[in-house]
Amino acid sequence: MARTVAESGAPRAVAEPTSMPASGDRRRFLRKGMALAGGAAATGAGLAQAAPLAIPVSNRGYGKPIDETDYGMPSKFEAGVKRRRTDVFKNRQNFSDWSMTPLADQHGTVTPNGLIYERHHNGTPDIDPAKHRLVIHGMVKQPLEFTMDDLMRYPSVSRFHFMECSGNGLTDWLKAASKTVQQTHGLLSAGQWTGIPVSWLLDEAGLAPGAKWAIFEGADGSGHFRSLPIEKLMDDCMLVYALNGEMLRPENGYPLRLFVPGWEGNVSVKWLRRIKVGDEPWYARGETARYTDPMPDGKWRKFSFDMECKSVITRPSGGMNIQAGHNEIQGFAWSGKGRITAVDVTTDGGRTWQEAVLEGPVLEKSLTRFRYRWNWNGQPATIASRAVDSTGYVQPSVQEIAKVRAIVGFVQHHNGIFPWSINAAGEVKNAIA
Amino acid sequence: MRSLKVILSAAVALAIAGCASQQMAPRAAPEAARPDVRLGKPIAVADLAAWDIDIRTSDGRGLPAGRGSVAEGKQIYDAKCLACHGPDAKGGAVYGSMVGGIGSFKTNTRVLTPGSMYPYAPILFDYIRRAMPMDSPQSLNANEVYALSGYILNLNGLVPGDAVMDANSLPKVMMPNRDGFILDDRPDTKAVRCMQNCK
Repeated sequence: MARTVAESGAPRAVAEPTSMPASGDRRRFLRKGMALAGGAAATGAGLAQAAPLAIPVSNRGYGKPIDETDYGMPSKFEAGVKRRRTDVFKNRQNFSDWSMTPLADQHGTVTPNGLIYERHHNGTPDIDPAKHRLVIHGMVKQPLEFTMDDLMRYPSVSRFHFMECSGNGLTDWLKAASKTVQQTHGLLSAGQWTGIPVSWLLDEAGLAPGAKWAIFEGADGSGHFRSLPIEKLMDDCMLVYALNGEMLRPENGYPLRLFVPGWEGNVSVKWLRRIKVGDEPWYARGETARYTDPMPDGKWRKFSFDMECKSVITRPSGGMNIQAGHNEIQGFAWSGKGRITAVDVTTDGGRTWQEAVLEGPVLEKSLTRFRYRWNWNGQPATIASRAVDSTGYVQPSVQEIAKVRAIVGFVQHHNGIFPWSINAAGEVKNAIA
Repeated sequence: MRSLKVILSAAVALAIAGCASQQMAPRAAPEAARPDVRLGKPIAVADLAAWDIDIRTSDGRGLPAGRGSVAEGKQIYDAKCLACHGPDAKGGAVYGSMVGGIGSFKTNTRVLTPGSMYPYAPILFDYIRRAMPMDSPQSLNANEVYALSGYILNLNGLVPGDAVMDANSLPKVMMPNRDGFILDDRPDTKAVRCMQNCK
C-alpha cells in the first residue's frame, strides 16, 4: 500500500524536514546556534530591540481603485524580477537568441507566464488565431486541416511539466562564466500545459503503415522544424494552446505549439502550423548542425532528446549574500525520464551528503522543489545538490560527464552537479570548475 | 502448502493494490481515451503545395524543379547575404564563417560550418529556402536557392566552380561529416549516490 501511495506522487513530501537534527542532536544544534549568535556573526538579529512603529501611509488613505478592465502586473518593487538574455557574451542580433528565467525568485513550481524562458530562431511572430491553421499530412490516410476553434472544441487535457533548453548551462561547463542561477540554469521553466494529446489528431488523420517519424514545423520566420519518433508522439505529447490558465503568450508559441514532456525544449515547436508524417527522420539543420552533441573522436550524438535528471540550488545561489546561522537551502530538481525520488545536498564540497526534503506534489517530468535546513557556521563552504530519478539514475558531476563526452565549444545537455561557494563574508559565487 | 500460502497472500496483496490504483485512476482515465469527435477538415494535397516545403535531406526527397550555378549563387549572395555573413561567406557583421572547419572535429576547436557539419547537402536548400534571408524568409525562388547552395558548397571545396545544382545533383554531393553522427546512447554516466567520505 505504501508503495502505491508513493507511486501516486507524494513520496516524502508530507514528511517533516529530515535534515533538522532529530531529538538527540537537537540540543547540540541549538547550543551551536547560540554560540554563533553570541559571536560576531549576525545571527543575533532577533535579540536587538525593534524600533517603535508608526502608522504606515498605506493605512491612511485611498488605495488604487479598481479599473473597469485590467490585467494585473507585479508590484513595482518586483521590477528586478525579469527574464534576461545571456550576459556571458553579446549576440550581435536578438532574433535567434534566448532569455532566461529568474529561478532564484521563483516560488513554488510554476513559472509565471511572463517569465517563461525564451528561445527563438527568428523572433516572435504575431499570429491571429482566427487565421491560424494546423495541417496534418504525409503518411496519413486523410490529410486534415484544423482551425483554432476546431482544436479548442476537443476535450482538453492539462498537465504539469518542466521545459528545459538543451543549451541550459552551456556557458558554464569547465569554468565559472555566469554569476547567477538565472544565467547558469535559467533556460528552465515549468507550468501547467493545456491542450489535446497529439495521438488524438494522428489517429483522426490515420497513420499509414510504415509511419515512424513526423516533423512539426512552426509558422515563424525560421520555419523551425524537428523530426520526432511516432512512438513518443503517441505516448505523451500534446498540442498546447494554454499555459498556467491562460492562452500561450506570443513568445511561448501563441496560438498553438507542440509540447514534448521531458525532451529538449526546441522539439516543442512553437507557432505550430504543420505536421507531416514519414518513415524516417528528415535530418533538418536543427537536428544535425544544431542540437547535436560533440563526442570523442570527432563524432556528434544525434537525436539526444532526453533531458536527464538534474538539480540546482537556487537559494543561496550566485550573487547573493548570506548570514551565518539558519539558512534554508532551496532548489529545483527535475528529470525528463520520470519522477524525482531523492535530492542530496552537500555543504562541504561533496565530502558528505544529506538527503533533502522534497516538497509535493512530486510529479513525472515536472519541477520538484527541495529544501534543506542548514546552520552555516560562517566558515567558507561549498554547497551543491544531487538528484536521483525514478529510473535510478544519479545526477553526475561534470567530471563524470567529461569522461564520456567531448566538452568543446557550445555543448548541450549539461546536467552536471552545480556547486556554489560561500566565502567568510557570506558572498555566494559560481564554483563550477 | 507454504508456497500456496505465499501465492495466496501475493494474490491478496495484488487485489488490494489493484483496488488502490483503481481508486486513484478515474481522474486520469478520460485523458487517455480519444473522444468520438472528428473536427479536421479534409484537405487536398494540391492545396498544401505552398506549405509543403520540407526536404528529406538524406536523399533530397521534396527538392523542387529548378537549377542554379555557383556563379549565379555568388551574385545572389553578394546582393542578399553578404551584409550579414561577409565577403566569400567568411564571416561578417552578424554571423561567423560558413567556410572551412573540415577536419577540425578531432581537435579542441571544432569549427562548425555547412561544409564541415552538414551530413547531407540538401540541408542547405531546405534551410536557405525556409529561413534565409532572415528579414525575408521564403522570398527566394528555387533557382536562387539551388544557386546559393552550390556557391556555399563551392566555397567549402565540395563542388567545382562550374557546378550546377538541381534536384538530381545536390543530393549526390558527398559531405565530409556524413558518417559523423552516432545515436543517443545515454545514460552514459553511472554516478554513485555516495553519502559519506566521498572525496
